[in-house]
Amino acid sequence: MVRYWGGKLGSVLLSLFLLATATFFLMKAIPGDPFTAEKAVPPEIKAKLMSFYGLDKPVWEQYLIYLKKLVHLDLGMSMKSQYRTVSSIISDSFGFSFRLGIFAIVVSVIVGVGLGIVSAMHHRKLIDGTAMVLAVLGVSVPNFVLASLLQYVFGEELNWFNVAGLNGPLDYVLPVIALSSLPIAYIARLTRSTMLEVLTAEYIKTAKAKGLPNRVIILKHALRNAVLPVLTYLGPMTANIVTGSVIVEEIFGIPGLGQYFVDSVSNRDYTLIMGITLFYAVILMVARLLTDIAYGFVDPRIGFRSRKEVSR
Amino acid sequence: MNLTSEPPTLDPALAQDSVSFTVLTGLYEGLTRKDADGKVIPGMAESWDVSDDMKTYTFHLRKDAKWSNGDPVTAHDFEYAWKRVLDPDMNPASPYAYQLYYIKNAQNYNIKQDNPNHISDPNQVGVKATDDDTLVVNLENPTPYFLSVTSFWTLFPVHQSAKSNSAWAAEANTIVSNGPFKITTWKHGNEIDLVPNENYYAKDEVKLQKVHFVMVKNSATELKMYQTGQLNYSGFPTGEIPIEQIAKLQQTNKDELRIKPIASTYYYNFNTTKEPFDNANIRKAFALAVDRQQLVDKVTKGGQEPALGAVPPSIMGEKQSFREEYPDTDLFKPDVAEAKQLLAQGLKEKGWTQLPPVTLTINEGTGHKQIAEALADMWRKNLGVDVKIETQEWKVFLKNRQSLNYQIARSGWSADYNDPMTFIDMFTSTSGNNDIGFKNAQYDELVKKALASGDQHERMQLLSQAENILIKDNMAILPLYYYTGVHMVNKNLQNIVMDYQGMVDYTRSYVK
Repeated sequence: MVRYWGGKLGSVLLSLFLLATATFFLMKAIPGDPFTAEKAVPPEIKAKLMSFYGLDKPVWEQYLIYLKKLVHLDLGMSMKSQYRTVSSIISDSFGFSFRLGIFAIVVSVIVGVGLGIVSAMHHRKLIDGTAMVLAVLGVSVPNFVLASLLQYVFGEELNWFNVAGLNGPLDYVLPVIALSSLPIAYIARLTRSTMLEVLTAEYIKTAKAKGLPNRVIILKHALRNAVLPVLTYLGPMTANIVTGSVIVEEIFGIPGLGQYFVDSVSNRDYTLIMGITLFYAVILMVARLLTDIAYGFVDPRIGFRSRKEVSR
Repeated sequence: MNLTSEPPTLDPALAQDSVSFTVLTGLYEGLTRKDADGKVIPGMAESWDVSDDMKTYTFHLRKDAKWSNGDPVTAHDFEYAWKRVLDPDMNPASPYAYQLYYIKNAQNYNIKQDNPNHISDPNQVGVKATDDDTLVVNLENPTPYFLSVTSFWTLFPVHQSAKSNSAWAAEANTIVSNGPFKITTWKHGNEIDLVPNENYYAKDEVKLQKVHFVMVKNSATELKMYQTGQLNYSGFPTGEIPIEQIAKLQQTNKDELRIKPIASTYYYNFNTTKEPFDNANIRKAFALAVDRQQLVDKVTKGGQEPALGAVPPSIMGEKQSFREEYPDTDLFKPDVAEAKQLLAQGLKEKGWTQLPPVTLTINEGTGHKQIAEALADMWRKNLGVDVKIETQEWKVFLKNRQSLNYQIARSGWSADYNDPMTFIDMFTSTSGNNDIGFKNAQYDELVKKALASGDQHERMQLLSQAENILIKDNMAILPLYYYTGVHMVNKNLQNIVMDYQGMVDYTRSYVK
């Protein structure tokens, strides 16, 4: 157990280090700097700015300084937004992406799994067909198209919702639909197919033979197994949604993290680029870890053993 | 109003972009202001005296001027703020410090590194508060537009509490301002709210209950927000109206859509140091072969005016617009037949039978690609040359342009102050903004003379001669059009003024 977590932690730290190194040097390789602008800043003033942000030092030295700060969990100051720390920018904007993402995930899981079960139970009937057509649509319509469409119909034409912003509870409705359409479709299809498989399994037949009510069979026995692939998918998807969908955020004018990431690169806001990249990586790794743990709960056969112990 | 993105700072000394400037317009007020017609009117200073040599300005501050916390605004605040901008040890350095270089010794005080003439004593800088209400400013040169400079953002006063808190301008609760509004909310990346400053001397003139700024990046979303009433103002300078919607909006929102010429010029840079554009006749051929009217009617579609010069029409000359006094049609006339002839002549001078491959470099962004394609098409049809178009990411593009690593490159320039000098001095051989490799001793001499002169008539003549050298004689740049600021204002909102530069003043606006 200790060995398992030790190994996990070690590989997480190593990945973060490699990622930080690669990002740092790639980022420095792009031409331009934070102070390149249409109206050239006089060279003397630019030199002062470069030295203030430590950009006048050789790149490897900048790298070492950055690593040293990183070890102390100091992500530094933004070079574009004056006197704002990278961590405050991340925490402010991540709040929006996170809340929106959590809603989208909850909606996706509930609706997706629900649709999947209903389809499986009514296999090859009208309701199944309809659900699967919807699922195909959900997978194939890109979320920016759906987002613009929702914004146009429910925001501009019907005026039921604000077209942009994220200030009241109602403002969440449209972006959540846009963000969750794809996961809903995906989860529904996954649940349906594994459900169909599971429903023909021996233990389900046994349960039926025992005369258990259908509801219990489905929710207690079948679903537990059918939900495993959904969990696998949920890990990376959570990381993906929570870190913000750049396009959906842009369309609905949501000040989330995705937008900052894109802007930080075009501004050459070096500290912010590094900060957000590393933050994304941590989120992704945490999500994978949580998936592993969730496996353990759903299927006790999967334990916290390292691969080595299994091979013994 | 939509700001599109987060203002990088609300410190007047550090601001250098239109988003920060737009918010600062509400929060602060300089010694002077501009009225709806762009005329200089008293601001924090109620009057001023100018010495006969036009090098000493004495400003008399109004006695009822107060900061949003109730402290009086004094001449010392201005002295403090200006010297703060120029402080060689200010960190980060003020990128727009050169807006104060008109002041005596300002440049040599500001720049310490590698400067043998560095002045370390701030008392030698030509700005001094002789008492609470009097500010005496000594200039390097007679600067006829100095009163317009004093309304510029970098010259706004700063409350002296900034001394003890270097991060004061990053949050709403530490910003003390002296303008018509004060800031109550700043949710980073999301929204900013301004409400009237009850300590403002002319608070009766401020009618808006609140100014609400949002930061929405997508221009289609911005338009939808305007149309559903979430925004009362949309478009230039901090937002954008999608080009493809302009024609439709001219029908549907005729009373609200405004197209205002602004003091910016869209042009292409010729790299005058690199083949084939080191030859003036080839440059002229390319410039003469462009049908600018067709470009603005069919491609840019924002009511722009075709440009044949560097200085846009909204820049003042001696008595009226500089362009009325010195029309750009005197610089050159587009003419396809002549263009062909010039190209042949240029090729002969170079000893070529045909033109080497030409690449036009542009940056990403709305409309640039369409313009480039339209021009490439005109050059193909009118001159029989093929021009390749290369799009680059903004900062990569700027880096290449600054290091003269291109043949033709897109460019745009906006005025810093209302005088042709702001479009002319950038092409002197020592200017940091000369991205065309243009070096002309006569041109440098004319600019130097104009800088030293206090006589408007003489200055305008000198600047016009310089523009003649730049365009008529050398065609060092290829002017395309003068920008417009396309924006929409809710029809109930009155007295929102866009100035010659395209910056918007909402401080005296009211709801009908």
